[in-house]
Amino acid sequence: MRLESHPIVDFKRGKEVTIYFNGQPVKAYEGETIAAALYAAGVRVFSRSFRFHRPRGFFCAIGKCSQCMMEVDGVPNIRTCKVYVRDGMQIRTQNAKPDAENDYFAIIDKLIDRFFPHGSHYKKFNSPRLLREFMTKQMRKMAGFGNVPRNVPDVNTEYEVMEADVAVIGGGPGGLSAAIHAAKYGAKVVLLDENNYLGGQLIKQTHRFFGSGRHKAGTRGIRIAEILEEELMQYDNVDIRKETKVFGIYGMDVAGVQNNSKLLRVKARKIVIATGAYERTLIFENNDLPGVYGAGGVQTLMNVFGIKPGNKGLIVGSGNVGLILTYQLLQAGVDVAAIVEAMPRIGGYFVHAAKVRRLGVPIYTRHTIVKAFGEKKVEGAVIAQLDERWNVVEGSEREIECDFICVAVGLSPAHELLYHVGAEMKFVPELGGMVPLRTRFNETSVKGVYVAGDVAGIEEATAAIMEGRIAGIHSAITLGYGGDEAKKELDEAVKDLEEFRAGPFGERIVCGLEKCVLESEVML
Amino acid sequence: MKYLERGYLEKDELPSLPPAERIESKKPVVYIECPQPIPCSPCYESCRFDAIKMDNINDPPEVDYEKCTGCMACLRVCPGLAIFLVHIKDGKGYVTLQYEFLPWLEKGDKVRLYNRKGDHIGEGVITWALKPERNDRTQLVTVEVDKDLIFEVRAVRKG
Repeated sequence: MRLESHPIVDFKRGKEVTIYFNGQPVKAYEGETIAAALYAAGVRVFSRSFRFHRPRGFFCAIGKCSQCMMEVDGVPNIRTCKVYVRDGMQIRTQNAKPDAENDYFAIIDKLIDRFFPHGSHYKKFNSPRLLREFMTKQMRKMAGFGNVPRNVPDVNTEYEVMEADVAVIGGGPGGLSAAIHAAKYGAKVVLLDENNYLGGQLIKQTHRFFGSGRHKAGTRGIRIAEILEEELMQYDNVDIRKETKVFGIYGMDVAGVQNNSKLLRVKARKIVIATGAYERTLIFENNDLPGVYGAGGVQTLMNVFGIKPGNKGLIVGSGNVGLILTYQLLQAGVDVAAIVEAMPRIGGYFVHAAKVRRLGVPIYTRHTIVKAFGEKKVEGAVIAQLDERWNVVEGSEREIECDFICVAVGLSPAHELLYHVGAEMKFVPELGGMVPLRTRFNETSVKGVYVAGDVAGIEEATAAIMEGRIAGIHSAITLGYGGDEAKKELDEAVKDLEEFRAGPFGERIVCGLEKCVLESEVML
Repeated sequence: MKYLERGYLEKDELPSLPPAERIESKKPVVYIECPQPIPCSPCYESCRFDAIKMDNINDPPEVDYEKCTGCMACLRVCPGLAIFLVHIKDGKGYVTLQYEFLPWLEKGDKVRLYNRKGDHIGEGVITWALKPERNDRTQLVTVEVDKDLIFEVRAVRKG
């Protein structure tokens, strides 16, 4: 399943190591996550759901979905898509006996509705008392996630307090750009990111970007991540903390954990939240089967780790993500059976659609996926046509041969920290869900807290870079840095973004933004 | 906007073709299949001959076929793989396009030809290939085809 060659990416694999999966040795390479290594070895069932014992597998690959949780070196509920392999690592599947692949309790999924219809848990096993006590014990044993580790963990913890003019949370395109532009005018910047690399989701974007040459159009996403990082490295007034998870913002203090062992407290004067987004999923029968993946998850597997997701895929959603992913699958030598799109028209750029269409991938508009089938993993799917009222046209169902399904139906902003600071939020469908109200300089209703990128509204990387630039410069200016030169660049940055969004694709975004403009615009 | 229901352009949706005498002249000419307004302008910015007209970044490009020299600067950078260079010489047709698949192509390679819909429409021979590393791993290749097919062939695959 590992790709040896790829037209765009050279995979640099680390030293070969051995990890143990339910006691069996598995070959892996340093730099791979546990989930990627197991996937490459053909493992599809990573755990079982705790109630119905349905198979759970890989889904998002960026630590957001909890589908890949396993017991690692005795610690339960580890998101294996975020932990890198180490020689001798012991990995076990959880919520299953004896293991997730052959789980006795899987029978529950088939029987539960017959014997325990909804609501029956109020009435069953209530009397006599002895039966109730016995059953309560047994059910407690079966419920919950994983087993509690028996040993007291042996960890050293540290505590560090730092001060910053601008704390940037998230090292993707928006966060990097904010950090660069705040640092450029002299602000002391601390950049925090949960990954051990910078660039966020850019590192799996092997395609060339759109936009204007000034904003790195024509350059591949993977390269843009490098360019931004190099640019940021020029400044001495930037402190970059990788592998740092921010878990809260208290007043203007950002709290995070670095390398799972050090507690960080960043006393910031300004905060830029650039935490990105989650992948959405779609409701259809068996949408939880291993083999149904988020589009981004597949990109990570394929473009970062060089692992084929399968032999033939079905793509749900014809936005740019779905179209680009299709092209990338073809480049990796993976077949794509079809793209289905519920809307009457293709959602992404026409040119992206034309790229895959001319290579023979059919695009079915006004179609949807009805169900996936398979026992422990996807073995096929059924698609059907939709009528004007979005109902399935009877008799239009047809089977699609595929061994994985990519759901590319959009993203939702990762806005937890915004709730934490108490920013005023609003539901704006054009921007992908709950988004913060903001000024035109991307400052939220909480003074000194900015947003940039997908967390402010789902758009794409070029816009994230432009928003980060605005947030970065504005935060620096309001702290007294930069002077007239910075003000000039700020005007230019706002104008650039307006121009970028002026076309029909930006219309929707602009329309969404109008709904979440803060009235109390702070003018300089 | 019918093309958005299909993912390809039908004949009547194609932008205006270069005049026949331009296609048969000494130099090849670009043909851009990018009808939708999207925020993208690398082709416009790369053209040194002012042959691509674009009023703002969202404007679809329009080629002045008289000014175009066939230098391929725009073909190198187009992220949409939407630019093709067409030429007719000595009664044979030539299409130059971007190619990002393995195995890389070399001069003399036989390839299968596909149209916009992905239909297999014949075989062709590569007459020129720019090494992938010379253009950030997007290869430019020229394929010799029937002269009536220069506005049909839009993809090639080897083997």
